[in-house]
Amino acid sequence: MFELFEHQADVGVRGIGRSWEEAFQETAKALFSIMVRIERVKHVHPVRVQVRAPDLGALLVKFLNALLVARDKKGMVFSAFDVVLTQGKEDWALTCTARGEKLNVVRHEPGTEVKAASYSELVLKKTGAKEFLAQCIVDV
Amino acid sequence: MVKTESVDQDVWEIPRSGKMNVPGRVWANKALMDALQEEAGEKPEWNALNQIQNVAMLPGIQKYSLALPDVHCGYGAAVGSVGAFGWEEGVIAFGLIGFDINCGLQTLATPFTEAEVLPKKKELADALYKTIPAGLGSSGKIKLSLDQVDEVLEKGARFALENGYGLKEDLHFLEESGRMQNADASLVSVDAKERLKSQLGTLGSGNHYLEVQVVERVFDEKSARALGLFEGQILVSIHCGSRGLGHQVGADSLEALDKATKKYNLFVPDRELVCAPIQSEEGQNYLKAVNAATNCAFANREVLAHLTRGAFERVMGIKEKEVCTLYGVGHNTAKVEKHKVDSKTRKLLVQRKGSTRGFGPGSRDVPEKYARVGQPVIVGGTMGTHSYVLTGTEKAMKETFGSALHGAGRTLSRVKALRTWNGESVVQDLARKGILVRGHGLKGIAEEAPGAYKDIDEVVDVVARAGLCKKVVRVKPWIVVKG
Repeated sequence: MFELFEHQADVGVRGIGRSWEEAFQETAKALFSIMVRIERVKHVHPVRVQVRAPDLGALLVKFLNALLVARDKKGMVFSAFDVVLTQGKEDWALTCTARGEKLNVVRHEPGTEVKAASYSELVLKKTGAKEFLAQCIVDV
Repeated sequence: MVKTESVDQDVWEIPRSGKMNVPGRVWANKALMDALQEEAGEKPEWNALNQIQNVAMLPGIQKYSLALPDVHCGYGAAVGSVGAFGWEEGVIAFGLIGFDINCGLQTLATPFTEAEVLPKKKELADALYKTIPAGLGSSGKIKLSLDQVDEVLEKGARFALENGYGLKEDLHFLEESGRMQNADASLVSVDAKERLKSQLGTLGSGNHYLEVQVVERVFDEKSARALGLFEGQILVSIHCGSRGLGHQVGADSLEALDKATKKYNLFVPDRELVCAPIQSEEGQNYLKAVNAATNCAFANREVLAHLTRGAFERVMGIKEKEVCTLYGVGHNTAKVEKHKVDSKTRKLLVQRKGSTRGFGPGSRDVPEKYARVGQPVIVGGTMGTHSYVLTGTEKAMKETFGSALHGAGRTLSRVKALRTWNGESVVQDLARKGILVRGHGLKGIAEEAPGAYKDIDEVVDVVARAGLCKKVVRVKPWIVVKG
């Protein structure tokens, strides 16, 4: 599941799942839910995103920012994400196939454009035996 | 609860404690301070007062970690804060500049009165809405090659002029004459540059807007005359920044500064305040990339000024040059400036997050035309409330490193705003007040509802009473174009 949480100037995005992968996927959905009605975004065109970072927190921020680059470069919005995480000796690697389509200003009812994901209120924690939470503030 | 002590009317100090290198200093009246304290109580870990304290812990910060009355919780540093750092021993910190580098306001002055434009108000609103690309995914008519993007990053507003957008006279009335000197496009990633290829001359969304305004009240006739302002006059304010390019410079720098913080063993109380010594390679690279993005914002606003002039030309039948730039200020910036610290003039890197430069009369960098009155400080309100044109003062040079407030400051989160208002009723309410809103999304309008902000009149009164700025004119919104 994903949700948005309050921040005075910006917005918090939170993803909760049964694995880190799922938590990341849900956070990505939260990110695009700020910008469009994601339930109306058809997940037809795949775009591959790859990032590496020294820790899971930085990886989440970098992942969300990479999705924003893909949005701007391709003029697309996304609604489905397949994330694969790999822990190396010194860092983490993430590969994601994001699926979406070109932005349709009528059907997707665009909201606020997210500028970037930040380290603010960045939290990655295991909240249960099979529950993982990932969150951060995004600048809008 | 963060300890604050009243040191003067509307001035509060957060005493030095723990790892703070300097005290915090907040300009606010009692009600605004009470609201900040209430927020600190509700969210002890992340709040504006706590963020002011955190900035005070950064190496090389001078005198105070400052906050203006529009201050509110940001990421890393509070929005509405200022940190000045010694050029030799200080750091350049991510959170004090942020993602939307040189987001700012450029205000244009027209020769028209409200009465003259009134018969064509709707036509003008529609023309501006059609002309100004805004909202998610919008792209401008200008398509740039990567080489041209490099030119934007090196030349700033001059790029716009050289390509037929804007007026040469505008440059006198932009901070830094619309071009940061020490900018290096080679330090900006290809991803960042790719994002600008079709975004030059676009407004964006969120709190960005274009607003046609009417000068409703003149407080200081002499200063107003010097700025070319008069009662009933139509102005246009453009609020936007460096678009995806600036955001990407931010995102890229976050990672580089994260590494630098570890490399130089710097203590940062919040990861969003990652930083590098100004004199280190990483610090200089970041500063040059920030300068490049600053130039991008200058060029972006200049193109939007050109598009605005075009709309006025078509609807009102006037020439481009009759719509003059009053002034352009930047909000999220890092500037090399000289200020007095302990009675010595020192070279500093002044980092302003959600605050503007507001130099007093006679200061270098104030346009000659305004030398006697000081730099115009444009304070943007909400789409339903006043905005102000103020001027900087001598006192601000001494007390706030020549800095001033930038807007009203949010008080309610976007999530709460969406629960409280719906876009359609906000548009209708504003229409009843004679304000025409042309927006690309009702959700964005609800998020930016006037009630989500502090009372701008109260916020401006604080800086005027404290002598940090002088009130020149107050304007009311008339037409609003939102992303």
